[in-house]
Amino acid sequence: MGLKESLHNFKEKNKDKKWLPAFSAIHTFLYLPNETTHNGTHIKAADDLKRTMNTVIMAMVPCLIFGMFNAGYQHNLQVGDVQAAAGSFFSSEFWTMANFMIGFWKILPLVIVSYGVGLGIEFIFAIIKGHEVEEGYLVTGMLVPLIVPVDIPLWMLAVAVIFGVVIGKEVFGGTGMNILNPALTIRAFLFFAYPTWMSGDKVWVEGAVERTNEIVAGANLDAISGETILGSLAQGKEAGYEVMDMFLGFIPGSVGETSTLLILLGGLFLIFAKIGSWRIMLSSALGAIVMGLIFNQVVDSGWITESSKFYGLMSTTWWHHLLIGGFAFGTVFMATDPVTASQTNKGKWIYGFLVGFISILIRVFNPAYPEGVMLAILLMNVFAPTIDHYVVQGNVKQRMKRLKAKTA
Amino acid sequence: MGLLSKKDAALIKDPLADNNPITIQVLGICSALAITAELEAAIVMSVSVLFVLGIGNVVISLMRNIIPSKIRIIVQLIVVAALVIIVDQVLKAFAYELSKTLSVFVGLIITNCIIMGRFEAFALGNGPWRSFLDGIGNSLGYGVILIIVAFFRELLGAGTLLGIKVLGDPIEKTGVYKYGYENNGFMLLAPMALIVVGIIIWVQRTRNKALIED
Repeated sequence: MGLKESLHNFKEKNKDKKWLPAFSAIHTFLYLPNETTHNGTHIKAADDLKRTMNTVIMAMVPCLIFGMFNAGYQHNLQVGDVQAAAGSFFSSEFWTMANFMIGFWKILPLVIVSYGVGLGIEFIFAIIKGHEVEEGYLVTGMLVPLIVPVDIPLWMLAVAVIFGVVIGKEVFGGTGMNILNPALTIRAFLFFAYPTWMSGDKVWVEGAVERTNEIVAGANLDAISGETILGSLAQGKEAGYEVMDMFLGFIPGSVGETSTLLILLGGLFLIFAKIGSWRIMLSSALGAIVMGLIFNQVVDSGWITESSKFYGLMSTTWWHHLLIGGFAFGTVFMATDPVTASQTNKGKWIYGFLVGFISILIRVFNPAYPEGVMLAILLMNVFAPTIDHYVVQGNVKQRMKRLKAKTA
Repeated sequence: MGLLSKKDAALIKDPLADNNPITIQVLGICSALAITAELEAAIVMSVSVLFVLGIGNVVISLMRNIIPSKIRIIVQLIVVAALVIIVDQVLKAFAYELSKTLSVFVGLIITNCIIMGRFEAFALGNGPWRSFLDGIGNSLGYGVILIIVAFFRELLGAGTLLGIKVLGDPIEKTGVYKYGYENNGFMLLAPMALIVVGIIIWVQRTRNKALIED
């Protein structure tokens, strides 16, 4: 008897034990469920929820690995151990083992905490409710470490994950029932609860906070810091990064969101696998471009002067907005979340467009919240069902009209 | 309770648990969100509502047979307004700083739906003594929730209780702050009050399944 079979028999034997959901969770994770339907004709689709989620995770892995290199690179660059890797994706200053190891040991705990706490809660709820564990956390657990600053304390992450999974998802009924994207709920919680750890010029570079504390305590060290481009622009300062660096991702920022190139590749992979919606990705890029052009126009026609506090972000060239901050990551991996986005095709265009449009709007007009894409997606998550409702009703009305014209 | 008959005691006990004005009837939410960032403000608010609702219910109950039903809302408003002004003036005279923290929310007791709700639903149809007990019971039920919410919000949001630094000093890094703990700024924002109230409702309905609708 093979391991698979004996596991199945074990499950059959303990059918009415309270802890069975926890066991079968592990069982389903390792193997496909053994239950099959017997009667009738069925269409077999290979892409169940688990496979869908795994595909999304695969699309994010390049971002994660790049993030590990980048975390170490930003640290070493500030300390002065490496030269700036300007312009070339395959720069030897960037892809070094030393860079990777710093990032690896910093980011691995984030991944472990995110998955450990999140799945722990899923298990507890599965046992309380007595249903099979839901796969919903697989993608969220991967997204969370990618959208936080590298230096975030682990206990804060754990608190936020508990909040996000319980309040953002379980109270609505679990996977597939949530209104808000759980990963963004987690980030929003961190952002409002612990703002000093989510913005400023220290948290984005590995070890900067620690070093500042050591200096305060009297150590003879040079302070290191790195502000995100959005943060600098919001304060009216020059960002000081080449456009190519923004695109390739050699900039400070949350762990996995810096490299627009790799996010683009991940996005293409999702579109190719028919999992991510190209309509949402394209329309939110369009929305951002439109808003960016409007702001550029405002600056060009001289309605706003350099003394204005909005000048720095408004005068940012429209297509730079697509490269900086978390816009690309949010659009590709979070706005497209099939549960919280609009379902209808027309609705997806409207939803995506507004995500992009509002992202840039928040970015520019609220310098205290430079990461507009997070708030924009959460806001549009709330409106997605309304958009769908009107799209469907509009369709119904049109058909009724057609029907009337035919019968008349 | 020897003092009260069983029926009268229920007037006090019910709003504290299974007929709570906030968690079951979902009334008076606005003030529950606005003034629960500090425990002290929540306590003062609860006492103010206790006073206004207790006396108001008695006044309305005494007048219930002479108020023409067409203008009863106006009469009720005048009674609440008069009582609220008394509370406001007392606070200004004896606790000026606090009255500044509560600012418009003392005045807004007038619009607190619990008060008008009890006038309409109870005082207009019952005698003064029972109305008084009903007013006390409902404002206690309101106060309990307010104080629970404010307790968690002040403790987790600012690390203090009634202004006393129970968790240590966040700037000097004493107490739990020594180990890297930090205050949760989100707790001080209004959405978190709503979420805490929601969690209380969740806990209450899990313990008493009869409260779950449909």
